[in-house]
Amino acid sequence: MASTLQGRMAPASSAPADAMSASRKSSARAKHLPFSVEREEGRVVLTGELTMRHAGALWRRLSEEVDDASGQRLDLDLSGVTHADGAAVALLVELRAALSGRAIECDLVGGSELLRELVTLYGGERAPTPRPKRVKERGVARFGGGVASVLQAIERWVAFVGSVAAGAAGVVARPRTSNFRSLITLSERAGADGVPIVLLLNFLVGFVMAYQSAGQLELYGANVYVADVVGISVTRELAPLMTAIIMSGRSGAAFAAELGTMKVSEEIDALRTLGLEPVRYLILPRVLALALVAPALTLLGDVIGVAGGAAVGALSLEVTPRAYLAELRTAVFFSDVWTGLVKSVGFGIAIGLIGCQQGFATSGGAAGVGRRTTVTVVTCLFAIVILDTLFTVFFRMLGV
Amino acid sequence: MKAELAPRPGSVQEEPVVPPAPNGPSKPVPAGLLPDDHIFVDNVVKRFGDTLVLRGVTMHLKRHQTAVVIGGSGAGKTTLLRMLIALEKPTTGHIWVDGDDIAPLGEVELNRVRQRFGMVFQYAALLDSLTIFENVVFPLREHRKKMSRRDQRTKVLDMLKLLGLEGKEDRMPSELSGGQRKRVGLARALMLEPKILIYDEPTSGLDPITSRMVDDLIEETRDRFQVTSVVISHDMTSTMRIAHQAFLLVRGEVIASGTPDDLAYGDNEAAREFIMASGIAPDRLSRVGDEKQAGDATVKYKAM
Repeated sequence: MASTLQGRMAPASSAPADAMSASRKSSARAKHLPFSVEREEGRVVLTGELTMRHAGALWRRLSEEVDDASGQRLDLDLSGVTHADGAAVALLVELRAALSGRAIECDLVGGSELLRELVTLYGGERAPTPRPKRVKERGVARFGGGVASVLQAIERWVAFVGSVAAGAAGVVARPRTSNFRSLITLSERAGADGVPIVLLLNFLVGFVMAYQSAGQLELYGANVYVADVVGISVTRELAPLMTAIIMSGRSGAAFAAELGTMKVSEEIDALRTLGLEPVRYLILPRVLALALVAPALTLLGDVIGVAGGAAVGALSLEVTPRAYLAELRTAVFFSDVWTGLVKSVGFGIAIGLIGCQQGFATSGGAAGVGRRTTVTVVTCLFAIVILDTLFTVFFRMLGV
Repeated sequence: MKAELAPRPGSVQEEPVVPPAPNGPSKPVPAGLLPDDHIFVDNVVKRFGDTLVLRGVTMHLKRHQTAVVIGGSGAGKTTLLRMLIALEKPTTGHIWVDGDDIAPLGEVELNRVRQRFGMVFQYAALLDSLTIFENVVFPLREHRKKMSRRDQRTKVLDMLKLLGLEGKEDRMPSELSGGQRKRVGLARALMLEPKILIYDEPTSGLDPITSRMVDDLIEETRDRFQVTSVVISHDMTSTMRIAHQAFLLVRGEVIASGTPDDLAYGDNEAAREFIMASGIAPDRLSRVGDEKQAGDATVKYKAM
């Protein structure tokens, strides 16, 4: 820092004339300063008044004197200081820390009793904190750090889910402590407002699914089985997945952004000071709203996805809607639908929890909100795929 | 001319006093509690991981007085405030409110304790999705469910009128100025009739005129509602005007306490330095009330 300051004030020049001119200017300025800085053997002697008004000049003078310092010790002698304020003392303490970083021991010595008090107040008598050196981590250390951070994240998650579970138990005992009035609004925002996009995307997915299989089915003259392919894949897998992905982007991100903004603007603290528990008041209604809305949207997705397949059947496979429906009835069972709906409830709860947890973990203002929103979407997608795998294996084991 | 300040609060030499025995079962009395202590912060230490934020803070906050905690950035003021209102728990030490230790309480009990406090946040912390009326009525809707809607509405409108916010009840928070938002925050804090009001940096980010009005508001609120005010601030001008007690917090320690005069003219060099560094002349300031003209406070609030 010292060299930077000096460099800015006195650009390097090899011309002796420039050096003499700079020296004259420096001494002319020094004549008007209420302090002086002199380098002696093993110490820098300061005299006069050290105040914030001349802090810039003081820093420059000190930098000039200590820039080429080497050796083990260089004390700052304050015996001749007649007056000093906090800014100047803070500056001397900063210089001491900078010298410590260059392995030069430095103490602030001398001065009146009052000045010593000020030096103590600004930490001038404590051991200077050396600036930490960057130590290149070895592979094992990096791996260990990664494992530790994963474990910490799991610990945070377990604590969060535990607090939500405890809150839910409390709400069951005393339903009025939650904010179920907001459930309708939240369900409308997460559900009704998302219907058009859910319908459109699921229709297209059903359409694409049918189109992709159309070529193969035509080869074997099995056109009507498009209903089987689309019906089973949409109800068991695609509609719950697509709906959950849309909900991650819409509701999960919205919850994280909304609660994150509430967190950074202290609204959540305000609720707590009003004697309201944020878990019961903010999180439970949101999680419950998604748990209710997700299967409803998925059911719509099932219907419209199957309709997308019917459209392909009618347009390019010469399968009439009547024939398509008849085949669908034989291929798709009730278990295909309900397993999809059960999955969607799990997805809804997971998205709600992740969005709320990320919102509550927000710090650092608008940038923090943006970061948490992004993390929410990515985490939701990851969680959905993991959950989908677990559900699929589980249902397979159950034989449904 | 040196300002006339409020009487010096009880000196630290006073003997601990055992409060009169209540009719109910007696509760343990903390050593060091003084008779007019509303809040007694008893050797509180707070640590976040490896960082020691508060290093054994002890404070006696007197009933019906205004205590201002001053200190630079990073001194631990906000952490102390959050512990006073039980948003954080001390690592060690106790916080006694009306003789009850709130440090060991669970969240359910704390929710009840918090109703004794009103908190005015630095940026008001209004719920942005609600109107001004809905924000202010919010505590009543949650905690006074037996109160009729009509009575709730009357109480809210009366409070808004008192604070010069008449006609603003249907506005959204984003439509109000900083001073108005702070008054809405105060109205909300007063709804449950707390005995302690805590202000976080109440004059931060306000122009000098509005700051002065906020000072008046703090003192008039204390006077009218007979509350104990605790103000966290680094605004020395405001401190000199409103404080009965001032505590200087430096690096997590209270290094000076007393009246603002004690800090400005006392022996503690660090306290004098802190006040002088703010560029104010304490002897040119007077307490709120000393310079006030008789008149309707509401008129002044309206100017904010």
